[in-house]
Amino acid sequence: MKASVAGYARAENVRHALELLAESAGHGRILAGGQSLVAAMNMRLSVGDLLVDISRIGDLSGVTVEGDALRIGALTRHAQLGSDPEVRVHVPLLTTAVAHIAHAAIRNRGTIGGALAHADPAAEFPACALALGTTIHVEGPDAARSIAAEDFFEDIFTTALTEDEILTSITVPVAEPGEVQILEEVARRAGDYALVGLCLVRRATGHRIALFSVGPKPILATGAMQALDAGDLEAAVASLAAEMDPPSDTQASAAYRRHLAGVLLRRAVVRLEGSTV
Amino acid sequence: MTEMFRDRVDVSLTVNGEPVEARVPAGQHVIDFLRLELGLTGAHASCEHGVCGACTIRVDGDAVRGCLMLAAQADGAEVWTVEGLTDIGEISDLQEAFVARNALQCGFCTPGMLVAAEELLSKGEVPSRADIREHLSGNYCRCTGYEAIIDAVETVALGRARKGKA
Repeated sequence: MKASVAGYARAENVRHALELLAESAGHGRILAGGQSLVAAMNMRLSVGDLLVDISRIGDLSGVTVEGDALRIGALTRHAQLGSDPEVRVHVPLLTTAVAHIAHAAIRNRGTIGGALAHADPAAEFPACALALGTTIHVEGPDAARSIAAEDFFEDIFTTALTEDEILTSITVPVAEPGEVQILEEVARRAGDYALVGLCLVRRATGHRIALFSVGPKPILATGAMQALDAGDLEAAVASLAAEMDPPSDTQASAAYRRHLAGVLLRRAVVRLEGSTV
Repeated sequence: MTEMFRDRVDVSLTVNGEPVEARVPAGQHVIDFLRLELGLTGAHASCEHGVCGACTIRVDGDAVRGCLMLAAQADGAEVWTVEGLTDIGEISDLQEAFVARNALQCGFCTPGMLVAAEELLSKGEVPSRADIREHLSGNYCRCTGYEAIIDAVETVALGRARKGKA
């Protein structure tokens, strides 16, 4: 089908984009890479939007090391992240995740800020953000604020962003010496959304486990994290099954998703142990 | 609607090396613009939600989904379609290999397939068959079963590598 759009404006900078949003009286929608939004508009899942195109705002793109954190601009494209040497060294989970996201042509346009703001519960980046303890930086008409990933994802396609705010960048802690970051997922075909996905991060302070495609939003499996900290993989697998409330759909039943999550955790732990030698 | 938002947007870009200026509907995607306004019907509008890859074109050097990019966003861009890439001969070896290996039947997916394959080949390495499959996994073909397409792309990669060394 064809998109039905009420209007379009190209934002020159973040301030201009915020003014456009304010002017749109609730009908504004931020357009960045467009790889989810334009598809949704073509399918008429979103109609009558006033599009605020931020894709030309140069200073929203790029990766910089800031002390013990990596700052990633909201408009940094998946392909750009996937080949970035700083990301590969400091946040290898994101490098790994990129290879699982859709297909090459989509990775050439899709942006990390767009993926996080869209908050698809089956997408890789929101779960990565949870597992890594990412901070999400947004700007609004009056002030900027920073939101912990754990407080950012609220429900299916719903985040803590308000209608007049724009996600501008994220900061991710730089991996400490010996830190291990692993992503495991099962998808039916290359580029498909995962039936279930799991991110496992091991730091000196303990393990972090985030799941995606297991419910209306990505979740941090805190019970399983504590069990792994205590060295009890069986308890961690059991806890994981209890912490998720996955849907049954044409792709997989809830029971199968619970089973897969345990399988993925076991695989990730095997890789974790391999990496300590 | 306020005056800050436009339902038609002025764009200035190059398509297949030629400058183009146009006023496009705000919601029109690049493929409809290329096909309906410029008569470039090589790239196809098919699923229109980024799944099938039949609309794959080159924008600023990258293979992208023409159905997931608005024409309004192409302002200032350098766009290449299968027509232009054919005219300048950039993909002639790939096209010959597709014919030689019978890598198409109905041909609907072929323009997108060629642009996607050329992106992989342009990296200058010889990709494995698995790499070729992965790179083309976003381009559906309902005729060939893909094997002949992988053959054709692999043949060209090896051919170009030999030529590079010669």
